[in-house]
Amino acid sequence: MLIGGVLVITRKNAVHSALALIVTLLAQAAIYLMLYAPFVAGVQIILYAGGIMVLFLFVIMLVSIERTEKERQFNKQWLVGIVAAGALGGLFITVYSKGQSIFPDRALPIAEAQNTQVVGTMLYGQYMFAFEIASLLLLVAIIGAVVMAKKRI
Amino acid sequence: MLHITTLHYLVLGAALFLLGVIGVLTRRNVVIVLMSIELILNAVNLNLVAFSRFWGGVHGQVFAIFVITDAAAEAAVGLGILIAFFRNKETINIDEVNLLKW
Repeated sequence: MLIGGVLVITRKNAVHSALALIVTLLAQAAIYLMLYAPFVAGVQIILYAGGIMVLFLFVIMLVSIERTEKERQFNKQWLVGIVAAGALGGLFITVYSKGQSIFPDRALPIAEAQNTQVVGTMLYGQYMFAFEIASLLLLVAIIGAVVMAKKRI
Repeated sequence: MLHITTLHYLVLGAALFLLGVIGVLTRRNVVIVLMSIELILNAVNLNLVAFSRFWGGVHGQVFAIFVITDAAAEAAVGLGILIAFFRNKETINIDEVNLLKW
């Protein structure tokens, strides 16, 4: 998954980056399966790797011209970016080395056969409001994307 | 054999987050910046699901499903903006998005 991530940010060809991102998303779905979350793994494969990445590939085909591969591929401010990311990495290392003792390994009961049912009950029960708001958000996003990409409004 | 604790998943999530941040800050191609934002969202999802396993409930997984939905909406709108921008300026360089610069 980390190799896929590195490939996403370093490839010159945008299609190579999109394929590396698909590999990363599929590896992430496998890690969700390791974490006993099969429903989230299925949602990840269907929505992310099967929906969003197809959208990205369509837009790359629409937008990328041949000459963008021959230009310089890194920003004018790449050094500042790497320094900022290094500072963030140092912060992460500090936090993890200080708090390493508070994550004991618990043996939790594994209810994998009912995971989808429990998630569904939660979604329609406790998180019903967020569910409806998410559907409204998707409607707004559809209208926004269609309006942004039209030729004449 | 190393026992995989929650901390390992958190470190993996942090590493993915760092890769996404480097991608956002250093690439010139707008599409690759948007893909790095998706990497960041995936790192956050990994954290959420790891903690959901740690505490035993499914609240983290439900939250992760909502994050995936929001990422889809945001990717659609972002790519629509990219198409509109490309139609005007014929380039996908982030350095050339400087119409509002003083």
